[in-house]
Amino acid sequence: MYNYSEVDQRLVDERVQQFRGQVDRRLAGEIAEDEFKPLRLQNGLYLQLHAYMLRVAVPYGTLSSLQMRKLAHIARRYDRGFGHFTTRQNIQYNWIKLEDAPDILAELASVQMHAFQTSGNCIRNITADHYAAASADEVDDARVWSEIVRQWSTLHPEFSFLPRKFKIAVSGSPADRAAVEVHDIGLKLIRNAAGEVGFTVLVGGGLGRTPIIGKVVSEFVTADKLLGYLEAILRVYNEAGRRDNIYKARIKILVQEMGIETFRAAVDAEWERSRDHAPVATPEFIAEIRNRFTDPDFETNLDDGDLLETLRYSPAFAAWFQGNVAEHRQKGYAIVNISLKPIGGIPGDATAEQIDGVADLADRHGHGEIRVTHTQNLVLPHVRRRDLPKLWRALDMLGLATDNVGRATDIIACPGLDYCSLANARSIPVAQRLSERLAVLDKEFDLGPLEIKVSGCINACGHHHVGHIGLLGVDKNGEEFYQITLGGSDAPGSTIGTILGPAFSSARVDEAVETIARTYLELRQPNESFLAAWRRLGATPFKERLYATA
Amino acid sequence: MVAKSKSAASLRLVTANRLTDGVVVFLGPDGQWTASIAESAAVATSEEAEHLLAVARDSALRAEIVEPYIIEAERQDGVPVPERFRERIRVTGPTIQTPGS
Amino acid sequence: MPLLKGGRPVNDSWQRVADGDQLPEGGIIVSLERWQSERETLLARGQPLGVALPNTADVAPLQSDLVHFGVIVLHLPKFTDGRAYSQARRLRDQLGFAGELRVTGQILPDQIFFLQRVGFDAFETDDPRVVARWAETQAPFSAVYQPAADGRRAILSPSG
Repeated sequence: MYNYSEVDQRLVDERVQQFRGQVDRRLAGEIAEDEFKPLRLQNGLYLQLHAYMLRVAVPYGTLSSLQMRKLAHIARRYDRGFGHFTTRQNIQYNWIKLEDAPDILAELASVQMHAFQTSGNCIRNITADHYAAASADEVDDARVWSEIVRQWSTLHPEFSFLPRKFKIAVSGSPADRAAVEVHDIGLKLIRNAAGEVGFTVLVGGGLGRTPIIGKVVSEFVTADKLLGYLEAILRVYNEAGRRDNIYKARIKILVQEMGIETFRAAVDAEWERSRDHAPVATPEFIAEIRNRFTDPDFETNLDDGDLLETLRYSPAFAAWFQGNVAEHRQKGYAIVNISLKPIGGIPGDATAEQIDGVADLADRHGHGEIRVTHTQNLVLPHVRRRDLPKLWRALDMLGLATDNVGRATDIIACPGLDYCSLANARSIPVAQRLSERLAVLDKEFDLGPLEIKVSGCINACGHHHVGHIGLLGVDKNGEEFYQITLGGSDAPGSTIGTILGPAFSSARVDEAVETIARTYLELRQPNESFLAAWRRLGATPFKERLYATA
Repeated sequence: MVAKSKSAASLRLVTANRLTDGVVVFLGPDGQWTASIAESAAVATSEEAEHLLAVARDSALRAEIVEPYIIEAERQDGVPVPERFRERIRVTGPTIQTPGS
Repeated sequence: MPLLKGGRPVNDSWQRVADGDQLPEGGIIVSLERWQSERETLLARGQPLGVALPNTADVAPLQSDLVHFGVIVLHLPKFTDGRAYSQARRLRDQLGFAGELRVTGQILPDQIFFLQRVGFDAFETDDPRVVARWAETQAPFSAVYQPAADGRRAILSPSG
C-alpha cells in the first residue's frame, strides 16, 4: 500500500473542505448547475438515470484492507449496500445523495482515499498492472510510477480544462496487464541496454466512437524526463485538440490528424522549449515514493501445507487453482484472482458483506493488500500457497470463488441503460444470460481463454472493442439491438474487433454468441485459443454461420 | 421488449432529478414535485408541456431540481407509462435484481 | 469591465482600442492583428502598449516583441476552454514575460487558484461572486504537487 505523506493528506482534506463549500453553495442556490457541474464532476459525482453516482478513485487499483472496509461502510451507510468495480479500477456507488457527498469524501479522506478527477475533462485515475510488485515478470513496480504520475496530474493548474478526458495507464511488465495500447497515454516500463529503467511512451490509443490503437511517440524516455515529456504531450493536446465537436476531441483524433511523425516532432519541440521549467521526479523523490509503498515481509521457508493434497481430492478447488491463481515472484506465495462474475450475476458488483469479507481475507491471508483489475475483478496479490485451500473455502462462503477468470463467463459489462444516462441499451441482463448459457458450454467443452465484453453505448466503457467477442448495445426504433465484433484484444499487439454484420435483437443475441462459440469449438485446432483461431480463420466462417438464412 | 408505436393520444409530462438526493421526480399539477408518476401533471399538447417545462426551470433556479425535461407517455390502467424504454427504467428502477432490491 | 488586481477592484489604467479606431493618448491595448499590421506606428507613439490575444494564437513568435508590452490579455471564451492556461504558462515560463497578464471572458471563482498558478495577475470580470469570494479562492490548497508559473515551490519542482 501507498502511505500518504503529510502533503498528500492535507490535499485530500482541503479538497473535502473546498467541495463542502461548493455543495453548500449549490444547495443554497448561490451557484447554478452549469457552474456547479464541472466542480462536482472533478470530484467524481455524476447525475445518472436514478440518482447521483459517485466514482471513487482507487489509484492504480491498489487498496489496503482498511480502505476496503471503508468502501463497504460507504455502501452500507450512504448507498444500497453494494458497489460496482469498473474497467478503470475504480468503484462506483449508484444512489448517492448530493447532500451526503461531502461527508462521504471526508470519510474517504480519513483512510487516504478520494474522488479527485474521476470525471471531467482532466487527467483521470492512473490505472496500472494489477500484479505490480507480485509477478516475477515485471521490470519495475508500476504502482510507484503511477503514484508519481498521479501526483503530477492532481490539481494540475494548466491541464484541468482539456478538450476532453485524459486517461493514462502504466504497465510494469512485458505482459502488459494494463491495456496501455488503448489509452490516451500508455507507459510501458522497460530497461535500456545500460539497464536503466525508462518508459516506452504510447499516445493516442482509445476506444469509444473511434477506436484506435496507440502509437509509439517515444521508444525510451528516462525517468527524470518522464514528467516533462508528459507535460509536453498534454500541452500540445491542450492547445491543438479539437474543441468544436466532443466526438473528435480526444488526443487520438489529434494524433490521427497530425500523423505520429508530426505529432512526435511537436512534442519534442515543446519538450525542448519547456524543459527548464518542467516538473522532475528526482532520484531522491522516486526513492521516497518507493519507500512509501510498504510491501510485505515475505516469509521464507514456507511449505505448501495441505495444498497438494487438496488439489488431489477436490476437483472444485483444483479448477479454481488452475483458473484463478497465478505465480508469484516470491517462493511459497501466489497471486489470487477473485472473480466478481458469478454465473448469472451482475459483473463487477460486490455487496458490502463481500467487500468486508475480502478485507478480512486480505488481512488473514494476504498481507492486507487488495487490487482491482480493469476487468472488474479483484486480486489478493500476496497469498501464502499453504493458505490457498482455506482462502478458497472462505471465498466460496462469500460467493466469490467462481473459477472463471479470463474465461467465457468472466464477462465485462458496463452499467448500461439500467443505470447510465448515456446508454442506448442494457448490458447487464445480456451479460447475465450469456454467462448462464456459456457456463454450460464451457463446462462441457472447455472454451479456454475467452474475453467477452459488453458496452451499452458507443462510449465503450465495457471495452467491447477489445473483447475477443464484443457486444455494443444500440437503439433501433426503441428496441435494444446488439452489434457483435470479434477478435479484439487489449493484450500486447492489441487489436480492435471486427464488426461481423447487422446487429442482433436481444431475443436473438444470446443464440448468436453461442453460435460463435460453437463455431470456434468446431474449427479450432488442438490447444488453439479463441483469439488464435479467429486470427487464423478470419470472419468468414463466423459470418456464414451467424447470418445463414434459415 | 415490444417497441411502442407513437400514439396520437400521447401524454406529455415533465421529469427531473431532485437536487439534494438525485431522486427521480415528476412535476405535479400544483407545481410541486412528486416521486410518483401517477401523480404527475400529464398534458396533451406540446404547448402545455412547454409551459410545464418553464415552471420546472423556475424550480431549477430555486435549487430544487436539476435537468428538467419533457417526456412522452401513454395512459395505461389510469397511470402514465413513458413511451421510451429509458424513461420507463427511470420510473421503475434497474431491470435487474440488485442486492437489497 | 471591472478589473481585479491583488484581489481588489482597481481602476483600469489601460484602454481597449478597437481595430480601425483612432489611437487615444495613454496606455492602450490593441488586437494582435493591429499590432502585426501597425507595429511601427504603435511603437512610435512611445506610450504604454498592450495586446489582446485570441486563445488560438501561438505566443512563441511574439517572444522578441514582449519587451514592448506592459500588459497581455488572454481570453477564456467559455470556462471549459482551457487554452489560455497554456498560453499564460508559456508567456511566463518559456518567454519570460514580466508585465501584467490579464484574463478576460468566462471566469468562475473556483478557477482563480489555477489561473494564478499559471501566471495571471489581473482578472477582468463583472461577476460579483469573484470579488466576494476572492480571499477564499486564493489558496484552497496549502501545497502543490507540480511547478507552474507562480514560482511556488512544488513537490515536483526540479531540485537545486
